[in-house]
Amino acid sequence: MNLETPSPSRRTLGEVPIWRDERVLRASAQIVSALAIIGFIAWVVSNFRIAAEARGLDLTFRFLKLPAAFPISDPIIPYDPSRSFGYAFIVGLVKTLLVSSIGIVLATILGTIIGLARLSTNWLISRLALIYIEIHRNIPLLVLLFIWYFPIFSTLPPVSEAIILPGPIYLSARGIYFTWPAFTESGRAWSIYVLVGLLVAIITWIVLRRRRERTGKATYFGGVSLLILIFVPLLGWILVPGNPLQINTPYLEGFNFQGGLRFTPEFAALLIALVTYTAGFIAEVVRSGMQAVNRGQLDAARAVGLSYMQVIALVIMPQALRVIIPPLISQFLNLTKNSSLALLIGYQDLFSVARITINQAGRVIPVFFMTMATYLFLSLMTSFVLNIYNRRIQFVER
Amino acid sequence: MTAPVENLTAPTSPGPIVWIRRNLFNNWYNSILSLLTLFIGYFVVTAIFNWVFNIADWRPVVNFPILYLVGQFPRDQLWRVFLSTAMVSLLMGMSWGIWGKLVRPFALSVGAFFGILALLPVQSEILSPANRALLFLNLFLVLGGFALRRFEVLRGRYIAIGWIVAGLLIVLVILPGFRGSAFLPEISTTLWGGLLVTLLLAGGGITLSIPIAIFLALGRRSSLPVVKGFCVVFIETVRGVPLITILFMFSVIIQLFLPVESRLDRLFRALIGMTLFSAAYTAENLRGGLQAVALGQIEAAKAVGMNNVLITGLIVMPQAIRAVIPALVGQFISLFKDTTLVLILGINELLGIGKAIINSDPEFIRLQAEVYIFMAGVYWILSSIMSYSSRQLEAALGVGER
Repeated sequence: MNLETPSPSRRTLGEVPIWRDERVLRASAQIVSALAIIGFIAWVVSNFRIAAEARGLDLTFRFLKLPAAFPISDPIIPYDPSRSFGYAFIVGLVKTLLVSSIGIVLATILGTIIGLARLSTNWLISRLALIYIEIHRNIPLLVLLFIWYFPIFSTLPPVSEAIILPGPIYLSARGIYFTWPAFTESGRAWSIYVLVGLLVAIITWIVLRRRRERTGKATYFGGVSLLILIFVPLLGWILVPGNPLQINTPYLEGFNFQGGLRFTPEFAALLIALVTYTAGFIAEVVRSGMQAVNRGQLDAARAVGLSYMQVIALVIMPQALRVIIPPLISQFLNLTKNSSLALLIGYQDLFSVARITINQAGRVIPVFFMTMATYLFLSLMTSFVLNIYNRRIQFVER
Repeated sequence: MTAPVENLTAPTSPGPIVWIRRNLFNNWYNSILSLLTLFIGYFVVTAIFNWVFNIADWRPVVNFPILYLVGQFPRDQLWRVFLSTAMVSLLMGMSWGIWGKLVRPFALSVGAFFGILALLPVQSEILSPANRALLFLNLFLVLGGFALRRFEVLRGRYIAIGWIVAGLLIVLVILPGFRGSAFLPEISTTLWGGLLVTLLLAGGGITLSIPIAIFLALGRRSSLPVVKGFCVVFIETVRGVPLITILFMFSVIIQLFLPVESRLDRLFRALIGMTLFSAAYTAENLRGGLQAVALGQIEAAKAVGMNNVLITGLIVMPQAIRAVIPALVGQFISLFKDTTLVLILGINELLGIGKAIINSDPEFIRLQAEVYIFMAGVYWILSSIMSYSSRQLEAALGVGER
């Protein structure tokens, strides 16, 4: 008997030449690609080290403690040029966060309104929304920003000839002054009532809603929590001595307005441009989300006797949101990133402060690294938080 | 028994009065809304017309047509730009002939664009009758290129090669020229400007980004951890930061990461920034396209004995690219709009020219509204045309219908 014949597995192994063996190919591809990428990075880094040495670049972050010595207009949080570079950077970050968070809220509201208008049965309203969307989607944001800033907000009249809008709102070269409620001395005590009311209302909402889901009995969670939300602050208003809120009307004193809420022309132009631009995109997101809901859903809901508002709130919206949320997240991120265009109209945001810091401190690499990392962190955080919400609403998928 | 045919006429379209009642006044609040809209709309439209035709002073716009088109490009060398556009027009026409409906809207837009440009009612020494004729020639080149489809020698792959050769010729030879050459004297890119630079940056950015995007998209799906990690980090970083920071990085910092002796042209640095930015987004689109390729395709290819490289190159990629062509056009449009940002690097693209013209004459400072609204109009028209063509292309491709 010939026992020398190799076992089948050995034979197949033997037949496959080494250059066609899947495992060998895979491993070598692994090594080659790793070498290529590491080699590329090493080349870049070595070039960089030579250049850094030749120019005497400082790569440390020690400069962050040095005084910035440049002014920031309208810093929002207390700032003066004697503060450090690091603190100036934070001021820039706060200004970016402020304009993007207000922008996101306003753009969502405006975008939803326009998106719904686009779906209106009224032909004129629907066309009007279409015109708005087409205009804002096809013009670069920078052009819109320039239109809002240079011919409009940068040429507002001097304070003495301020334009007065109902409210009253005063528009002048010094900024836009809104009439705005402000806290008096007892305001702090009252704001605690407001917070407590809000907290209790939210807890009530959750508890009663859970109970309804468990037992199937009507718990009127919406109405009850709304009542709490109104009643507790009202109680506070009566209990707190004096008037906790006061309408703060801007008034002319000397060469400028005092009181009220002030937006600088740069902030106003940036905010309006960001909001109107992003709203055009959000409107399309909302429209396509609503249209993605099967028409039969609406008919069925009407047939079982739900009112029109109930159909929208309970049937259409929950389903549309699933489609709407993911692209909406990317619009929010776009708005935050686009706010860096502020540089071009002189609103000193994160990127703008970073550029001044580069010029003043001469630390290109560290400042640049910090700026990129901050934007990246903002983007990743926003999408992380919103993705959690997104996963929760997507969970209902059958 | 046959059905009585005379009763089966198509329903007639409703008359205008019925249409108005149904679309504008179908209930009380719609009626109020419609009336209000008409009322306000009338005032807004008349105010706009009044401003455009009576109040606005269009001098900063109509006096500098060539500046808006090509910037400071030497006027005696304009024939090079004409030659470039002629090549593009001819190739557009030929592509239309070969690929038919897919390219038709783009080709017709190109032809119409030059036709309208040639007939613009503006006064300019450089827009002489001869130059207008050269511009108008583009329209005939598009149509002529289309007529060439009768020759069967012309195949898709030759046209594709023609595009690549023409693109390289235009960007590397015709426009920049050579130092010391009498026929093609060197023209520094600092003199290029206007719509020419806008289109070069957008077109160059999208074209160069496609090969990079293919590597990134494949790399992100790769089983090799180093490759995958590199691609993921690259894509997510680029998508997470504003374009303006990337452009800034390539204008200032890139020099530090390259060998000391190399000097990169400013326009070229901007182009690298645009390309890498666009590549990250295109890679994500392409990844969607790759995921959409049916697994059966890959299994079938394996069954007939193809290896991974062949499968990717011949089976998966063509289908994936076909699926993302509309997204690529969309990416091109947004890149076209994003080119405005390079003005922060001191490159005079279209918007930069507008700004430069405003700053050139103290009288124009108060005419900023006219300039920027004109800019908005130009961008709006061009990107609307591209969006429209892209929708036609999508319909012609029938993505998702096969």
